[in-house]
Amino acid sequence: MNFGLNLTAIRAIYRFEMARTWRTIMQSIISPVISTSLYFIVFGSAIGSRISEVGGISYGAFIVPGLVMLSLLTHSISNASFGIFFPKFNRTIYELLSAPVSHLEIIVSYVGAAATKSIVLGLIILATAGLFVPLHIDHPLWMIFFLLLTAITFSLLGFIIGIWADNFEKLQVVPLLIVTPLTFLGGSFYSIHMLPPFWQKVTLFNPVVYLISGFRWSFYGIADVPVWISLAMTGLFLAAFIATATWMLRTGYKLKN
Amino acid sequence: MRELAGRCDLFLDFSLRSLRLCALCVESVFTEASCPPTHTDRDIFAFMQPIIRISSLSKTYASGFRALKNINLDIRRGEIFALLGPNGAGKTTLISTVCGIVTPSEGSVSVGGHDIVKNYRASRALIGLVPQELTTDSFESVLGTVKFSRGLFGKRPNPVYLEKTLRDLSLWEKRDNPIMTLSGGMKRRLLIAKALAHEPQILFLDEPTAGVDVNLRRDMWNLVRTLRDSGVTIILTTHYIEEAEEMADRVAVINKGEIILVEEKAELMRKLGKKQLTLQLAAPLDRLPPELTRHHLELSGDGRALVYTYETADEESGIVPLLDDINKAGIRFHDLQTSQRSLEDIFVSLVKEEQ
Repeated sequence: MNFGLNLTAIRAIYRFEMARTWRTIMQSIISPVISTSLYFIVFGSAIGSRISEVGGISYGAFIVPGLVMLSLLTHSISNASFGIFFPKFNRTIYELLSAPVSHLEIIVSYVGAAATKSIVLGLIILATAGLFVPLHIDHPLWMIFFLLLTAITFSLLGFIIGIWADNFEKLQVVPLLIVTPLTFLGGSFYSIHMLPPFWQKVTLFNPVVYLISGFRWSFYGIADVPVWISLAMTGLFLAAFIATATWMLRTGYKLKN
Repeated sequence: MRELAGRCDLFLDFSLRSLRLCALCVESVFTEASCPPTHTDRDIFAFMQPIIRISSLSKTYASGFRALKNINLDIRRGEIFALLGPNGAGKTTLISTVCGIVTPSEGSVSVGGHDIVKNYRASRALIGLVPQELTTDSFESVLGTVKFSRGLFGKRPNPVYLEKTLRDLSLWEKRDNPIMTLSGGMKRRLLIAKALAHEPQILFLDEPTAGVDVNLRRDMWNLVRTLRDSGVTIILTTHYIEEAEEMADRVAVINKGEIILVEEKAELMRKLGKKQLTLQLAAPLDRLPPELTRHHLELSGDGRALVYTYETADEESGIVPLLDDINKAGIRFHDLQTSQRSLEDIFVSLVKEEQ
């Protein structure tokens, strides 16, 4: 061991978390593929056929970035929150707390594993979408960058929720009551320009708008808000979540007292 | 000794320093590590220090409950130390604090000379912890979880060492099984294997034999002795007095968050070893007859009983000459009984005094 990062420990936690995914590989992959297909059948084909183009793009293609973002957000949060909540619940967390690992190493390994899983999932959903509509990505590198940034940011939020939650209900409450509504209302399935002017203003308070807008820009070059604002907002969330998670570990909030 | 000492270059120097060097080497030989050619002053200093030093440690939980009150305690290198106390006395809080699971409110703890807060990496790397509850993942395999524990402590993989550890704990045959298929006894052994996976110098066993059957308890005790012989310092908490008597080199009694006694077990056993012989006399005596004064007897208040206190450790209890003299003095007794003060009695009276 040296004074740098305990890479062996990061690897051990990361592998342990990934092994949990491989054990449930079927439901990890099949369920998002099915739900994405359902969205396409309902929104893309049944309803979407009656909607004209949005910003010069067919409605089916328009919702692809929103759909990927929807599952990226929900799965980043659920993967990461469950990853740290479960050892707390079955009390195996004693081992992590008594190990010579720093706060940074704990965050990097848990958040890294959760983000990896949700990125893989996002790519699977993208591939599934490709079966229904022709895929078109203007800025692939930016697309990957937004994918990474969002997965990491919301895995951090999941990590925070996992530490905060004392029971399974609390674990569900933030994703169900806050994140999912914000995602649906954040322009996953529509452009905010389609809203009345008043609601256009209100919706700018929804942080998910910036994520979806930036991500959609990387696909089609169209955005509800300027890309730099999307980037800045995501960066802001990332910084806030890093600060919160670090504070939680430093003070031992709900872990050591 | 000479043979062991021959492995150290500096042994022939019979200064105080070289004797200490020698002690270091002996430990190295016991642990089958190679004997270092020289030891620096720092090594010697570290070796002579207590391996754990707890100073003015207090813990108050967020609820306001004071679990630990101004604890001062040194644990010596290589000893088996038993922390004895009733349920809720603070045993688990104390070891959880040393291991980094609970944040101390006041005071400091150093492990191997490293402060547990400022230098947590170095201090935690020295410690293996076996928790009281059987907390394991259900779906992970036996070998998988032991490998994870080793990795978590930053140690490079060592399949040979892990195989030996699992074999020593009779778990090698089960290495590929999911943990949920193991029996309770196996799970407890698995927790020990996990704690040993990173080759710690200190092992904490929190209630290692709670709810464990007699055979497994014996196995556990043998294992602890084997570990101690390999140079590992062992701290165990228990509320079984028998366990402390059987295993420990030193015993501390903790109650309501305070250490109320720290003693060598041998010393406690000496106190424990005192026996009393009480003779119920057929007729009361006013005073002790002069023939019996050399026996340091006590006459009970009502004059109806003679009490003789003696050490079980002594070769001669003195009972035979005493009975001869009583006979010669013409004193008749109609009953006799012996009693021994146990560690349990001492423990109970200490805890009661506190209350």
